[in-house]
Formats: sequence, C-alpha cells, structure tokens
Amino acid sequence: MMVFLRRGSVTAILIGVLWTFVIATTVAVSLSFATGEAFRPSLFGSLIWGAGLGLACLPGPRWKPMLAGLTVVIACLLGVGPMVIADTVSVFSTLVGALAAAGFSALGLWMILDDVVFGANNRHAFEAAVIRFCTGFGYIFFTAIVVIPFYVMVLTSLKNQSELIQNPLDFSIDLSKGTDLFRSYNELFVKFNFGEYLLNSFAISVLTVIITLLFAVPGAYAVARLRFRGQVMFSRSILLIYMVPMIVLALPIYIAYSMTGLRNTMTGIIMIYPVTTIPVALYMLQGYFRGLPAEVEEAGLMDGLSRLRVIWKITLPLSLPAMASVSLYVFMIAWNEFLLAFMLLDDPSKFTLTRGIASLNSSEIPRQHLMAGSVIATVPIMIIFLGLERFMTKGLTAGSVKG
Amino acid sequence: MAPLGPPVGTGPLGKREARLAWGLLTPTIFSVSMVVILPLLAIFWISVKPVELADLRAPEVVLREDIRGDYTAVGDNANIRYRLRNSSQDQVITGVTFTDTVPAGLAVQSLDPRCTLDGRALFCDLGDWEPATRETLLIPVVVEQAYLDNGLRPQDSSAETTGTSSNILTNATFTFDNFKRVFNGDEFFGVLGVTLFYAVFGTIGALLVGLFAALLLNKTFRGQGILRGLYLFPYVSPIIAVAFAWLILFDPFSGSANALLVQMGVTPTAINFFGERPLALIMVTIFEIWRYFPLSFLFILARMQSIDTDMYEAADMDGASPFQKFWYLSVPQLLGILSVLFLLRFIWTFNKFDDIFLLTGGNAGTRTLTVNVYEQAFAISNIGAGAAVAVVIFGCLLLFSAFFFRFMSQEEGL
Repeated sequence: MMVFLRRGSVTAILIGVLWTFVIATTVAVSLSFATGEAFRPSLFGSLIWGAGLGLACLPGPRWKPMLAGLTVVIACLLGVGPMVIADTVSVFSTLVGALAAAGFSALGLWMILDDVVFGANNRHAFEAAVIRFCTGFGYIFFTAIVVIPFYVMVLTSLKNQSELIQNPLDFSIDLSKGTDLFRSYNELFVKFNFGEYLLNSFAISVLTVIITLLFAVPGAYAVARLRFRGQVMFSRSILLIYMVPMIVLALPIYIAYSMTGLRNTMTGIIMIYPVTTIPVALYMLQGYFRGLPAEVEEAGLMDGLSRLRVIWKITLPLSLPAMASVSLYVFMIAWNEFLLAFMLLDDPSKFTLTRGIASLNSSEIPRQHLMAGSVIATVPIMIIFLGLERFMTKGLTAGSVKG
Repeated sequence: MAPLGPPVGTGPLGKREARLAWGLLTPTIFSVSMVVILPLLAIFWISVKPVELADLRAPEVVLREDIRGDYTAVGDNANIRYRLRNSSQDQVITGVTFTDTVPAGLAVQSLDPRCTLDGRALFCDLGDWEPATRETLLIPVVVEQAYLDNGLRPQDSSAETTGTSSNILTNATFTFDNFKRVFNGDEFFGVLGVTLFYAVFGTIGALLVGLFAALLLNKTFRGQGILRGLYLFPYVSPIIAVAFAWLILFDPFSGSANALLVQMGVTPTAINFFGERPLALIMVTIFEIWRYFPLSFLFILARMQSIDTDMYEAADMDGASPFQKFWYLSVPQLLGILSVLFLLRFIWTFNKFDDIFLLTGGNAGTRTLTVNVYEQAFAISNIGAGAAVAVVIFGCLLLFSAFFFRFMSQEEGL
C-alpha cells in the first residue's frame, strides 16, 4: 500500500488533486469576500485538472508546469476549470480569479513535488512532499480562520444596514463615501458615549495593573526566595485559586455589592479586578524570580542591605522585562474582562468598553454599530500586542494556563 | 564540648525570614481571601437558602408624603397625608415607626392615636406589619399666615422610617430544595453531558490545532514573527468582540458564511448555525477551539524550540524519515507538556462561561454548568439554585485539581 502511494505518479495525482482543490477554494472564498461576486470551487474540475497539474509539476523541464498552468487558466475562463466563475462576474475579476487559481495551483505543486520522481520514491522524498503539502495547507488554513472573522468585523462596521442585507458577501468599500464610511464610529462616540467608555476601560485597566503589581511583587518574592513553612502549599493554593471559575465568585460578589451599594461604582470594579489578576501575576513573577541568580541578592545582603532594599535595588531592576510581560498580560485581562462588568454595571454612565458593547446588542441598534464597537475595543489591544509582541508572548506563555 | 554538626531546627535568622515572608504575603492573602474565600463560603451558605433575586432587596417601609385640600389662604383646612406600605409581598416588618417635622404655620387639629406630637416633631408608632400592608394617615391641619410666608411644604422635610425585617440571607431557614431542584430530572445530566462534550472536544481540538500550528512555525523564516503574532489574535482580542463577529459571520439571514455556502452550492438554504441542535453545540466547541488554539500553540512551540537538536541530527545520521522523527522523537518529548496542557485547559474549558453565554445564551442545547448558574440565578431569579449549581461546579473543580496536582508532581511543571 505505502509502496503504491509512494510511486511518483500516484503521489503527484493525489497531492495535485488535494492542492488544486485547496487553492480553488481559497481563491473562490477570497474573491467572493473581496468582490461579493459568485466564485465557487468545483470538485469535479479539481479532480481532473488537479491530477493533470500534479503529473505536469513533477520535476522536469519548466515548460511543462507552465503549459499545464496556462491550460488550466483557459479551462477556468471557459467555465470547466477547478474553479467556476459566474457569467455575471466582471472581466477583470474573472481574469484575476482564473490566473490566481491556476497559477497558485501550479506554483504550489511545483514546489511541493520538488524531488519526487515519477517512479518509485523512498520514504524521505514522499514524506517531505506530504509535509510540504501540509505546510502550505496549514498556512492557508490558519491565516484564513484567523483573518476572516476580523475582516468581517472591520468591514461590517464600515457598511450600512441595507448594504449588509442586500449582499452579505459584498465587502468592497465604496471609497467615494469618504468620511461617511466611519459614520458608525462617529455615532458611537457622539451618541453612545464610547469616548467615555474608552477612558473608563483604560483607567480601570491601568489601575488594575498598578494595584496587581503592588500586591504581587512582594508576594511572589516571598514565595520564590524566602523559606517558610507552608511554602509549597501556598504556591499550590495560588494555582488552585487561579482555577476557580469567575461565575462561581460572581454570584456572591453580585449579592454583596447589591447590598453594600458598590454596584455601579468604579470603586467596586477597581476592588474586584486586581484580585482576579493577583494570583496570575504572582504565579508568573515567582517563576521569574526563581530564575534569577540568588548570588546577586546574597551579595547585596552581605553588603548590608536589608531584604526590602535588596528587592528594591537588585531584584526589581533585574526583573523589568518580566514586569513588562506581567503588566501587559494583566492589562489585557482587565481590558477584555466582560463577565464582572456585565453583572456589576448597569448604569450607562459608568460602563466599561466591553459592557458598552454588550449594551449595543439589541435589535434596535444596527449591527454595524456593534461591529464598530468591537473594533474600538480590539484595536488598542492589537496595537499594544503588535508593538510589544515579544513581552506579550512571554507573558502569555508564563501565565496563561488560564483563559 | 558542644557536639559538632550543622545546627538543627529553625534559628533566629530563619524565623526572621519566615516573618518577613508572611509580612510580604499578608496583603495578598487578605485581599484574595476577601474576594475568593469569602465568596466561596457564601456560595455554600446561599446554596442551602431559599433565596430569590427579589429577596436581595430587604423589605422596607416605603413612605410618601403630601398635603391635600385647600391651603392657599389663612384658615383653610387641609390634611397632611402619609401613605405607607411594606415593599415586600411576603415578609413581615416589625416595629414600624416614622418621624417627621410638621412645617411651621400648620396647626395640627387632631392626631391619630398611634402618633405623638412634640413641638413640631411628629412621631408615629405603627407596630408590626404583615406582608404587603398599606396604610394612609391623614393629619388635619389649619393653615396659618406663617405657612404661606415661608413656603416650606410638608414634603420638604423628609420623613425617617424605621422597621426591622428578617433577612432571608442571614436568618436560620435552611433548605435542600435548591440541590433537589438542580439534581432533579434529566435536565442536570443533559447539562453535564453538554459540559463534558464541550470541555473534552474543545480541549482536544485546541491541542491538536495548536500542535499543527506549532509544527508550522517551528522553523525560522522571514515573517515568522508576524505569523506568530497573527495566530495569537483570536486569543488576545476581547471575547465580546470576537463572539459578536462570529455571530454576525454566521447569521442565518444576513451572514456572510451562509451566503458563501449557498453560493458554492454546499447547502440549498441558510443554516442557523447557533440556533439548532446539535449544530449549536458543535459551533460553540469550534469557537472554543478557534479561540484557544493559540495558547496550546504557544506552549507547544516553546517546548519544541527547547528540544535539543543533537537528537535530530543523530536520527538523520541513522536515516530516520521526517515522519519517524516526528513520531519517535518529537511526540515523546512533547507528551509532558501536552498532558499538562490538556488537564489545565480541560479545567478551564469546563469552567468557561463568557463564550457560550455570548454566542447562544445557553439556548439550542448549549447550556453548560456555568451558564446554568447564570440561568438559574438571574433568568429564573432563583439565587439559591444558582448557588447550588456553583457548588456542584466547585466540587468538580476540586476533583480535577486533586487529579492535576497528583499528576503535576510527576510531570515537569509549567
């Protein structure tokens, strides 16, 4: 069986068909999303043309894949290719579609089948080809699943209700509308107080970071460096507390806040957010502190510094990168927090951004507003994330057993 | 001569160190116990109490005050009217009293026997009230010139009321009805089944997809950093934003996904992705995988990059094929992190609330235990039953954690 699969002709046909279908689907989906017009992959077309392309793209003279690719372009234009293009589609889009489908199929196969020979192959060549196919497929797959929801989010926010219902696939932007494109955003800021929510969210997140660090740094240092009875139990209970689901705590907190009048107050939110992040921060920081060489601190102690001065003068400056990671991670948690804000705030003048978006989810408010709100909440965290990706990734790996 | 050897027991230095440690930990311990331990205890307490959402507001005496009749000229007869009621329909208030100031220039003609007037201070003792009691007190007065001059109306001085009521949260009534209600019927096992499906498949899916993504990016090439950042987007964006984006993408009437599927001929009519059994459950599980694969991806990638390359070079010398290298070298190395991740993510997915709440609100067969807490406590307004579900969740959590810590002590920790 494996020997049969490893014959170059069989491998080429199988991978050719699969790859051609993947490319046809990808091109059809991207063009549909870009133009709103009708493109669709054809299973039958992919079967026939994919097999041919696979065979033509086996290592050999270059004209073979080129000729095969050109044939597929023509097949696409005639409506019998691996991708079917409707007659209503504009000439330009049709041409781009046909070229992309055939071109990427042929080019991809040429690269995938790099050292596969027509006859029997050894395991290495066969598996390398399969891995190259999977890699190509993986890049397309992951990029698609990540990009599509965000693409839909951003472009929906620039549309209006009637356009959305008329053709849900048409995401082309009418640039002639100028600033009118951003009407939803304008309305959110003018009518729905989103400027204030943005400030609220920002203030709450920053305060949460500060308070969290104030509590977590000494705690983490104690757990990581100092010897005391109950140390192991303590670090375990941190992890355990970290796993207690928020909804379990939210109910009694809701009751307590209702009775003490802390609901609908910033103070109430500021009191509760850091506590949800302190265990995470403590857990992350103690891991980092453990990794610092103890000798430096001991030298400080020998020179007559007190423990607290050692922390202040030696440990903290050494752990600035870790602090940055922890701060970013905590900021992200506070910024994205939804459940507590949803339960504890119902006065529109005190909303955080996430709570504000939740209030947009009603049948009376058009959905481009909802998406514009989502974009407003997502963009700051994305900017921070892309700008400080190195720290953020570290923070995520160190702390995010929680989600 | 003192015996030679290392000192035994805790010396003064050690004691000082421990004291400092506890000192540094106190703020954390204090705050965490306030917001975690206390609520946990409260959950256990509430779960055996017959509490409804409406009971959170303690019954109180509601008082409205106004003046009726002619009061425009000296010598007019008018009435100061007090309307009082018990805000609760089912609870008693004992010792109801109120005090008020009668404005200057109103001469009180007669008094209800339960009231006394001392100067301008009025005090009425209304005794004990049955649930939903209403009372109206009329105090006839004659208008004098002073009243017309100073313009102070009776309602300007607010009346103070007192009254004690038994609070359902603190009294000694206990019940097991909440647990009975939670465990009764097939509903509970349905909910548990949904939760387990969601947790198991969500976790395994996210691990496998994350492993695939990590394999893709486990090499250096230009743009690797960008791709890695891009693949983390689902996890770092606010849950509410991505959940609504998915809802709009898969909307049955105007969603792009449906339009695409119809156009490609995959389905003849639009599919209600988040509104049909069992599709909704599958969709929320896919969402879970989509949102959390970046996490497994990060951890697995970090572990992969720390694997010694010597091993692979040796395998190359021995002529191992790529698949063999993956199966016999990488997988055993990754098994530790995979199992730790599985346990942790399983616990977290089990506890997940926001995602399902935002996507389906627990409808169409997607109600998990956590959504059930919200459903019982707020939709059905039975706080006690919600707390009982929360206790069940906490029990499950303890069970998983016990397993986790036993396992963690063998496996290399995170």
